[in-house]
Amino acid sequence: VSTPTVVSDGSTGAQNARVVYGAALVQLATDHPDVVALTADLMLSHQLKGFRDAHPERFFNVGIAEQDLMGIASGLALDGKVPFATTFAAFASMRAHEQVRTDIAYPGLPVKIVGTMGGLSGGTAGPTHSGLEDLGVMRMMPGMTVIAPSDPRHLTQFVRQAYELPGPVYVRLGRGEDPLVYPDGHQVRIGTAVTATEGDDVTIISTGVMLRHALAAAGRLAAEGIGARVLDMHTVKPLDSDAVARAGEETGRIVTVEDHLVTGGLGSAVAECITDLGVPCRLVRLGIPDLFSVIGPPAELYREHGYDDTGIERAVRQLLTPNRSAHGPS
Amino acid sequence: MADPATVERLEGKALEMRKRLLRLASHTSLHIGGDLSMSDLMTAIFEYLMRVDPERPEWPERDRFVLSKGHGAGALYISMANRGFFDVEEIYATYGELGSRFGMHPCRNHLPGVEMSTGSLGHGLSIAVGLALAARLDGRTNRVVTLIGDGELNEGSIWEATMAAAHFRLGSIVAFIDKNDMCMDGPQDDVMRVNPVDAKFAAFGWDVVTVDGHDMAALVDAIDGLPPATTDRPTVIVAQTVKGKGVGFMEHTTTWHSGQIDAATLAECYAELDRRYGRSVGSGAVGA
Repeated sequence: VSTPTVVSDGSTGAQNARVVYGAALVQLATDHPDVVALTADLMLSHQLKGFRDAHPERFFNVGIAEQDLMGIASGLALDGKVPFATTFAAFASMRAHEQVRTDIAYPGLPVKIVGTMGGLSGGTAGPTHSGLEDLGVMRMMPGMTVIAPSDPRHLTQFVRQAYELPGPVYVRLGRGEDPLVYPDGHQVRIGTAVTATEGDDVTIISTGVMLRHALAAAGRLAAEGIGARVLDMHTVKPLDSDAVARAGEETGRIVTVEDHLVTGGLGSAVAECITDLGVPCRLVRLGIPDLFSVIGPPAELYREHGYDDTGIERAVRQLLTPNRSAHGPS
Repeated sequence: MADPATVERLEGKALEMRKRLLRLASHTSLHIGGDLSMSDLMTAIFEYLMRVDPERPEWPERDRFVLSKGHGAGALYISMANRGFFDVEEIYATYGELGSRFGMHPCRNHLPGVEMSTGSLGHGLSIAVGLALAARLDGRTNRVVTLIGDGELNEGSIWEATMAAAHFRLGSIVAFIDKNDMCMDGPQDDVMRVNPVDAKFAAFGWDVVTVDGHDMAALVDAIDGLPPATTDRPTVIVAQTVKGKGVGFMEHTTTWHSGQIDAATLAECYAELDRRYGRSVGSGAVGA
């Protein structure tokens, strides 16, 4: 676990993760001639026009054809390129699932897949365009690294670190305009959770853009003397099992928070971890329940499904109640 | 016109491949029908078209081959053995055993020289597009050759890649279609019509060559007639073939899409092949 860090409450502003990604990729490709970028008719949406202008010979728009996107990326990687293939999370993980699994993960190729509109971040777009199960299905592929950054500025580091990894990487983003959480220049490392706040009564483990909600809940609980540790589990695979085990042993209670179906993603990974390691602790998993969500603004959907800051706070209080119900918080 | 001595050599190789395939089908259940329909194609590709070096499977300038119809792995293994990638006897000795390099579908992780692991249909052409783009970026002029089954043309991803190969002007791509007009459940056009295959590829902007996939002289001519890899249109060679070609009871039927034969049947198959091809180039037996 990295050193505890002073974290803002998100009031310092927001930044579009796609803009950060596009700029990071241009710089990476300038430094490394083997970097190529592919998109499936989302050049404008995913802020790749700068890449096309800077490195036109290394930019490939394959049209609305996500299976082809992944197959072509595979072929480029077979011959020494490091492709960054970008599309919506739902299509990267579902439409092209088999190409990702068979053509990229099976041969262990260094294709870096970036999926946007993870979870209900694209709320009004509805379930057809929402990556609800991407963390889960990507996590199941042997050799796949799965990342969901919590702060858009971390993407610059993650893009570079993903490039350096020899195998495939999946990077999951939201819709954009995500809050800045960390001070500028904060360092992050794939596979190492960040202890965003310390606490000994309970641990909230969040991934992706839910960190802001976890911190808001922890802040309110702290005002009442409840010490909530917050772990920013930006890397869902490989999971930082040391950080999870320590959290379970030291706080005895864990709440996981993800903008993802509550099955298969971070919560499942943490449950597997504490089971495998025999960590004696309680666990409550927050996320999208086992249903296809209604349409709505993301913030209202997070509240509706009980995994925004108020839902997290409620879950923690229930966990801390001595005569707790046998059931979960919602 | 194809050089007669070359054609005769290749015909001998194709006959040998059929025998070796049948011998393998006497060891294990094999996709023998499709293996036999592609035997002449694979012989022409590996023994005449492809520039590869078995001593240097990663040689950058090599031609790339992606077996899109990955269930034709038997024919690929034997083609590779014939080129010297490994001893053909290793196939018979280890096929399907725990940790073997040889299974029903080819795996690049375990068998150097296999360009790409395949088996799930409809994937090979997209991968070929990526390989061709990489070659262009690196200034290489190698070809990217793929062999696709006609049943596989039902997969939508094939047509995504067909579009892309033309759009990106990838003249280094040469796609062979093993058009045996059969899939697992019956005649291709009864199950899901793909004809006319040639017109479809032409409509997508490809150069199209149609050929009898069992006429070695015609295959050599088609290969000789390929434009340089630097041309800007991909080429498809639509090869009319017969599923099970060479063994009467396996021809034109789905029964032998995959299957296993006994030793007596194997001997009869060898005899029929020698009779039909008017020569004997040994058998698939040990030492052949």
